[in-house]
Amino acid sequence: MINTLSRMIRTGILTEEVPHAPKTDLAIGDLQENIRKILGRALCIRHVDAGSCSGCELEIQALNNPYYNIEGIGIKFVASPRHADLLLVTGPVSVNMEEALKRTFDAVPDPKLVIAVGDCGACGGIFGKNYASLGAVADVIPIDHSVKGCPPAPVAILQAILQTIQSTTA
Amino acid sequence: MTPEFKKGAKTLPSNLPCHHKRVGAVEWWETAKSARSAGGRLLALWGADDRDRDSRYRVYAAYLEADGIAVVGHEMEGGTKPTYPSLREFFPSALRMERAIFDLLGIKSMEPDHRGWVRHSGWPENTFPLRRDFYGNTQFAVVSKPYPFVQVEGDGVHEIPVGPVHAGTIEPGHFRFSVVGEKVLRLEERLGYKHKGIEKRFETMVQKEGHKLAARISGDSAVAYSWAYCTALEAITSTSCPPRSVQLRALALEHERLANHLGDLGALGNDAGFAFGLTQFSRMKEDLLRTNQAHFGARYLMDFVVPGGVESDLPNNAPRLLLDRYNMLETDVVSMRNTYDNHAGIQDRFRETGILAHETAWKLDAVGVAARASGIPHDLRTDFPCPPYDKMNVKVSTQTSGDVAARVAVRFDELIESLHICRALVAGLSDGDFRSAVPDAEPGLLGIGVIEAWRGPVLIALETGSNGSIRRCHPHDPSWQNWPLLEYAILGNLVPDFPLINKSFNLSYSGHDV
Repeated sequence: MINTLSRMIRTGILTEEVPHAPKTDLAIGDLQENIRKILGRALCIRHVDAGSCSGCELEIQALNNPYYNIEGIGIKFVASPRHADLLLVTGPVSVNMEEALKRTFDAVPDPKLVIAVGDCGACGGIFGKNYASLGAVADVIPIDHSVKGCPPAPVAILQAILQTIQSTTA
Repeated sequence: MTPEFKKGAKTLPSNLPCHHKRVGAVEWWETAKSARSAGGRLLALWGADDRDRDSRYRVYAAYLEADGIAVVGHEMEGGTKPTYPSLREFFPSALRMERAIFDLLGIKSMEPDHRGWVRHSGWPENTFPLRRDFYGNTQFAVVSKPYPFVQVEGDGVHEIPVGPVHAGTIEPGHFRFSVVGEKVLRLEERLGYKHKGIEKRFETMVQKEGHKLAARISGDSAVAYSWAYCTALEAITSTSCPPRSVQLRALALEHERLANHLGDLGALGNDAGFAFGLTQFSRMKEDLLRTNQAHFGARYLMDFVVPGGVESDLPNNAPRLLLDRYNMLETDVVSMRNTYDNHAGIQDRFRETGILAHETAWKLDAVGVAARASGIPHDLRTDFPCPPYDKMNVKVSTQTSGDVAARVAVRFDELIESLHICRALVAGLSDGDFRSAVPDAEPGLLGIGVIEAWRGPVLIALETGSNGSIRRCHPHDPSWQNWPLLEYAILGNLVPDFPLINKSFNLSYSGHDV
C-alpha cells in the first residue's frame, strides 16, 4: 500500500492543458459549462469499431490515460449506446458490421452526434470499397464530423470531439 | 522435415530456411501426419485460384518444424467441386482456416463443418470473392441469416450472447456463452465481422506498395506485418538490406512489443479492479509512443518498414535519449511488477483463472505469448534468429501454470528482455544506409516472410505477378491458432472473469478476419 501511495505522489498530476477546438477561442471552462447546461451531466461517448485495423482504437483508448484525462473535462466513455450522446465510429464499415452499426446508431437516443474517426472512417482509407467493405462511415449512417489520420493522434480526436460539441452548442 | 520430404522439395525465398513441395492428396495427409508426430506446428493454411494459369486450384500448408518451414502445396482440378483432405485430425486449428478458404475460394475440405466463417451474409452462398473471375468491387445486398451455434441443453442451462459490439473500446466479435449459474459450460466464438477483403485488395496493388496494406492488417502489429511483407519481397528479389536498416526494424518491432505489453498489463490490472495499474501503465505506454513520435516520426509505426529498408533514419541525438527512456521504463516496470506480485487482490484474480493446460495448448497448436505461458518455449527470435537477432541471444520467457498470472508474468519478462534488446540495438547501431533499392520481381514466384510479433509469429505468403504486381498475398495472424484456446481456457470459470481472461490473451480480430 505504501508503495502504491508513494508512487502516486511521485507520479504527480500529468494531465496536460486541453487543446482548443480549432477555429474557436472558447475556453475549456466555458465548454464544460456548455456541456453541463445542455446535458446536465457529462458528455457520454460510445465507441463502435465497424471494421478498422484497431489502430484507431488504440488512440481512442489513449484519451483515458492521465495525459489526456478525458473524464477530467466532463467527457466519459459508456458501455451502452442507450447511454450515449455521441458515437465515435472507426472504419471502414465492413459489410459484416453494417447491421450492427446501424442498430447501434438507432439505439442512441436523439439528439445524437456521430464522429467518424481515422482515414478509413472518414473516406474508406487504404481498404476503400469492395465486396466486403462499404468504405466511409458517412455512406452508412449520417455523421456530424470526421477526423483524419492513420491513426489520428489523441489530441486530434479530442479536438474533433470538442469542435463537434462546440458547433452544436453555438 | 523427413528426408523423403526434402527429397524433391525445392527451397523457397524466405527469411527462414524454407522448403516447398507439391504433393498429391495422399501425401498431403501424410505430410501433416509426419509433421505432427515430429513436433511440428501448423503455421498457416491458405488457398489460391490458379485456373487462369493451369486450370487448377491450390491449397498450401506451412508447417514450422525443427529445421525450418515446410510449405506443402496440393493442387486440385478446377472442376465444380474441388476438395482436399482436412488437416483437422492432426492440427485442430486448421478447421477455421479451412472454413475461411471455402468462403473465399470455394475449395472444400473433407470436413462436415461448413458454416460460413468470414462470409456472414454479405455475399451469396455460391460466390467466392478470391476467385480470379470475381470482380472485387462487386457489392451485394445483405440478407441477414441466423448462425447455427452449437446448443447446450440441460437443467438450468442458459445462453448469454455478447457482441459483436462490446462494452469498451475494443474490436467486434461475437461470444456465445452457455452457462449454469455463473459458471461457463461452453463458449463458442463467432468471428469474421471485420472481414474487409484485404487479400482481394492486395491483388490490385503493386509490390512496392503492398507493405502499406500489410501494416494495416492489424494496427497493433504494424511493424511485424510490414516487415514480414518486405522480407518476403526482398527474399524473392534477392535484395539485401543494409545492416542499419534491419537493426532499426528490430528496434521498431521491440518498441511495438513494449507498447502492446504495457497496454495489456495496464488493462489487466484494471480488469482485476486495480485502476492504479491502468493509470501507471498507460502513462508508460504514452511516454513510449511520444518517444516513437520524436525518433521514428510517428506514434504508431504504420509506414516505417518499407521494401529495402526503413522509411527514415533516427535523429542524431536519438541513441542517448532512447537509452535514458529505456532506463526509466525499466525502473518503472520492475517497481510495478513488484506491486502486482505483492497485491493480494490482484493475485487472487490472476492465479488459477483461465487455465490453459499445457496438453491443450500443445494439441491446439498454441503460439506466441499464450503458448509460452503454458510451457511451450517457442519464439522465432531464438528458434530461427534472422538478422539482427542472430547476434542477440534472446532469452525466451516461459511459465508452466497457463493461467492469467502466467500470461502476465511472460509479458513482464518480455518487457525486460525487449528493453535489453533495444539497448543492445541502439548501442551497436551500424553506420551506413538505411534503405536499398528493390527491383521488380519475376512473375510467378512465391516467397514467405515470418516475423515474431508481440502476439506470436505473423506470416506473409506473397506470390508475384507480372510487371511488379501482386498475384496473391496471404497474411496469417497468430490469433487464428490462439482464438480457439480461449474457448478452453474459459471452461469452468465465472462469466465475470471472461474480460480478464480474454484480455490476458488479447487476440486480434482484424488480423484474423482480414
